[in-house]
Amino acid sequence: MNMLQVSVWRGAAAGEYRTYEVPRYESQSVLDVVTYIQRSIDPTLSYRFACRVGMCGACAMTVNGVARWTCRTHVAKVAEGNAIQIAPLANLPLVKDLVADMREFFDKWARARGQFVPSATRKDAFARVAADSRARAAVEAGIECIGCGVCYASCDVVSWNADYLGPAALNRAWTLVNDERDGARAERLRAVAGDAGCHACHTHLACSERCPKKIEPTRSIAGLKRAVAMAALRGEL
Amino acid sequence: MSGAAQERVVASAPGASAIAETWLWIAQRASAALLALCVLVHLVTIIYAVRHGLSGEAILARTRGNAAALAFYAAYVLAIAVHAPIGLRTLCQEWLGWRSASLNWLVAAIAVALFAFGLRAGWAVFVAPA
Amino acid sequence: MKNDLRARNHPSWWAFLVHRLSGLALSLFLPFHFWALGQAFQGEARLDTLLRWTEQPLVKFAEVLLIVLLAAHLSGGLRLLALEFLPWRGWQKSLLAWAAGLALAAGLAFALAL
Repeated sequence: MNMLQVSVWRGAAAGEYRTYEVPRYESQSVLDVVTYIQRSIDPTLSYRFACRVGMCGACAMTVNGVARWTCRTHVAKVAEGNAIQIAPLANLPLVKDLVADMREFFDKWARARGQFVPSATRKDAFARVAADSRARAAVEAGIECIGCGVCYASCDVVSWNADYLGPAALNRAWTLVNDERDGARAERLRAVAGDAGCHACHTHLACSERCPKKIEPTRSIAGLKRAVAMAALRGEL
Repeated sequence: MSGAAQERVVASAPGASAIAETWLWIAQRASAALLALCVLVHLVTIIYAVRHGLSGEAILARTRGNAAALAFYAAYVLAIAVHAPIGLRTLCQEWLGWRSASLNWLVAAIAVALFAFGLRAGWAVFVAPA
Repeated sequence: MKNDLRARNHPSWWAFLVHRLSGLALSLFLPFHFWALGQAFQGEARLDTLLRWTEQPLVKFAEVLLIVLLAAHLSGGLRLLALEFLPWRGWQKSLLAWAAGLALAAGLAFALAL
């Protein structure tokens, strides 16, 4: 049988790669491979997944050096010969094996004021948002984020500046800045300003290159850069 | 959200530094736009000058007593003095992990030095003797 | 865990590296450039002496390199301004190709004019 040589990160920060032999099939996801190791070779292997169909964002890992959603990544697409290297996501603290600690990633969503702040009450009529408006189109472009952390793990600015909010949180902020029902625009622009926010982005486009949902956080961050700069020029920051 | 996380959210509330960083970004882009024009003119001039033979006489014939050239170089040097130090500052922060106040002083000193030294160069080719 | 070059190996990252390194190199060159122009205070003959020094092959090569770096920083910078300030469209790869092409063309134009 054709066997895959799978090198998997084991342990916490002080760990090492261990190699496992996994039967190779015609149609096989990287998540299938990890699951095979855990179920048939070493039950102590820790990893995270839930939906297996690209909706939940739980199973992102570093595959052959590149952050990917493993449930929708075919082995055939990433294997180098018969070899695959699987590591936890970069730029995040490690819990164990393939499980990265996502707390900081999601805390930054909160820090970027990623919560919707209603400007109307339940007694008001429904807001009518024109589907073809520019703001709605900007929301549309960024709203399908599943919070997998692939962009955050791929971003050099995150690794150079621990405070940087990162592509996903900034993308979330941009969708809210463009939500005409939201009532916290000014506060949000302040939250994403400066060195830890949108202006730290260098347009490496790594997030846009790697996003499994084909979202382009760089586009959202560019929008924030302009919006925050305009606020500063108007003295509203 | 955990208590610690909440604290971190409060601690990162935007302050003077976020606003200052925003202005640095604006300055960086505004100077970049001006530089785009200046560098284009500079490159075309270089290639033109080299084609027609580079000599002290040829260079100074273009610049000596030329107020338009002097004004161009002054704007050019100003844009450089804004643009280069901000870029070097980011480089020091990201690649050297240097984020203390001392970096800001160094960067400000580089800006002043570039501006003064650049203006001196522009003045030199404006008033140069034969 | 830290990323290595496998994560960074995509066109825009290399464009970033060129932009940063060219910016650094140009910043380091500026003091020499300003010093050389400042020699004009001593007259044409002094400039001619400096220009004769630049006739050496290695210096000529460095000049071509500087022109390419300057043009690359210009075209790469225009690319960044376009991405940050113009309405977004799927032109990242074409912008990059234009930027690279312009930089090389400038270098070639200079080298041929020498």
